[in-house]
Formats: sequence, structure tokens, C-alpha cells
Amino acid sequence: MILVSVGTQLPFDRLIRTVDQWATDHRRGDVIAQIGPTHYRPVTMKSFSHIPYDSFRDLQKRCAVMICHAGMGSIITAMEFGKPIIVMPRNHQLGEHRNGHQFATLRQFGNRPGIYAADTEVELLQLLDRVDELTAYPTLNAKAPTSFIDQLATFVHRPEKPPAIRRIRHLLSGKRADAA
Amino acid sequence: MRILLVASAGGHWIELHRLKAAFVGADCQFVSTSKGMTPPLGDREVLEIPDTARDSAWTMAPTLAGLFRIFRAFDPHLVVSTGAAPGAMALLVGKMFGARTIWIDSIANSEVLSLSGRLVRPIADLRITQWQHLAEKNRSLRYLGQIL
Repeated sequence: MILVSVGTQLPFDRLIRTVDQWATDHRRGDVIAQIGPTHYRPVTMKSFSHIPYDSFRDLQKRCAVMICHAGMGSIITAMEFGKPIIVMPRNHQLGEHRNGHQFATLRQFGNRPGIYAADTEVELLQLLDRVDELTAYPTLNAKAPTSFIDQLATFVHRPEKPPAIRRIRHLLSGKRADAA
Repeated sequence: MRILLVASAGGHWIELHRLKAAFVGADCQFVSTSKGMTPPLGDREVLEIPDTARDSAWTMAPTLAGLFRIFRAFDPHLVVSTGAAPGAMALLVGKMFGARTIWIDSIANSEVLSLSGRLVRPIADLRITQWQHLAEKNRSLRYLGQIL
């Protein structure tokens, strides 16, 4: 099964239309899509505007390939589950997002194993034509690195705020109170 | 210690999930913007607040109302958010209620801090970016690594 997702907040007609037309041309009945507020109505794909979080995660576990916008949620999940993921960034110049951070995301993560970047619809179609050959393996466990968690935990479990007098003294000495 | 953890459904929620080990041992109340979510820690049901797009001020009122209700009932010592706009609002409300606050900017923001992050930067007690070059440019930001 191929799982398509563009999140739930913004429409992404270019991606949904391209995959749906490909599915129609190739008579693929195994494509499920979460399309959010996308205007285009898929003909061949089974589409939903919103799939509840836990059921969606279950679909991600079962699918063979993911096709997504360049959202970190999809990319992290694909890396965790070891699923090949085709990623097409939202282009803010076409009004598909508020800024260009999805291009930045792809610049940072597009070269990792199992991640297949498509900058345009043409590249998306090229990847779709070899969709059954794409491979991936899990590259991420379910947890952030221990050093991150430990440093965060130190701050989280810090007992009480230092008394006001100490904070003022730190302020006067030019240090931040939370650096104590 | 009571901790309120707020993250929008999707990537923000997944990033928070990956950090859950830092909150073990505390009484955790999770808040998100979707139904049917399983709490990463503890047995308190995940509470839902309406999502708000940061560019539409009208949708902020129901989100704020939901947050106020949660704060009155739970009265957290610490508020943590990985984004997005509703999480930033939770930090602002948390500050009003005297809680400590932690903002963790999404790994997606590799070139500039998110707008929500810039909004809460003056009031958050700990501001984390996942990009070292951003922390070097701005000394109010801390870099502790990436959630990957």
C-alpha cells in the first residue's frame, strides 16, 4: 500500500493531483491519501481530509512507501519505521506554505538513505514510475539522543527557582539567572 | 511536579514524543490539537485544544479559552512546548500563571527561528534551537543537539 500525506493544515494540490493521476493511469487501487484541505478531489486514491493520529500511525507502519510534503513528522516517522519516502516540498512562491522552510528541510535531510526528493511534479512522476523498487531501512530509534534528553531533564527537574536575591545578584554580575 | 506539555498534531507532536524520557517521574498532562491521541507518558488523557493558524487572530480566542480552562484545572509548575502557535500561546499563559516555561523550536526551522519561537523568546525560561549555527548567532538560544 502507498500512503500519501500532505498534513492537515494546508492544501497541496500539485502533489495530490499528480499522484492521483498516476494512480489512475497505472490502475493502482492501493493508494491511500490524507489530503487535508486540498481542493482537488482524488478519483482513484482513497482519500480522507483527516485521519486520526493513532490510525494514521498504524497505516504508516503497514505501508510500503510514503509520499509526503516535506514535513518533519513524515520524514522522522519514515526514518523510524524504515519506509522509503518520496518528498516534495511545498513552494511558498505558489502559495503552498507561508515560507520556504520545506525547501530547507529537504536540503538538510534529502540525502539520507531512504529519502527520495522530488523538487517538481516531473521528478515526482519519475520516482513514481519506479515506486516498487525504492528501498529503505530504519535509521532512527524512537528516542532523541541521550545527551539531549539528559540536559533537558536537568532543567526540567531543577527543584525551585533560585531566590530573588540570587537572581538579582546574577543579573548584576551580567550572568543569566538560569545559567546558575 | 506537574508539567503541561503542548504540541500541535503532526511533526511537533512527534518531536515532543522523542523527548518524553526527560519528563519521566513528573505528573504530565499532554495537550494537542487532534482527537484520539495516546499520551506518551502517564495515564492522563491527551486534552484537545482548537488549532490556530498564526495569521488569523480570530481563531486564537477559542484556543486561549481552552488553555485557560486547562491551566485553572491543572495548575502546572512547568510548561513545555515543541510548537506551533497554540504551544507558544500556552507558554504565554503559563507565564501569567507563574509557571516555568521551555520552548523547543522544531528541527524544521534550520535557517531562522520559527515565528512562534521569536514570539516567546522574551518570556521563555529556556529557549532551545536544534541548529548550532542559530544558537551561535543568538546567545539567548541554547543548542542541546537534535531530536534525531
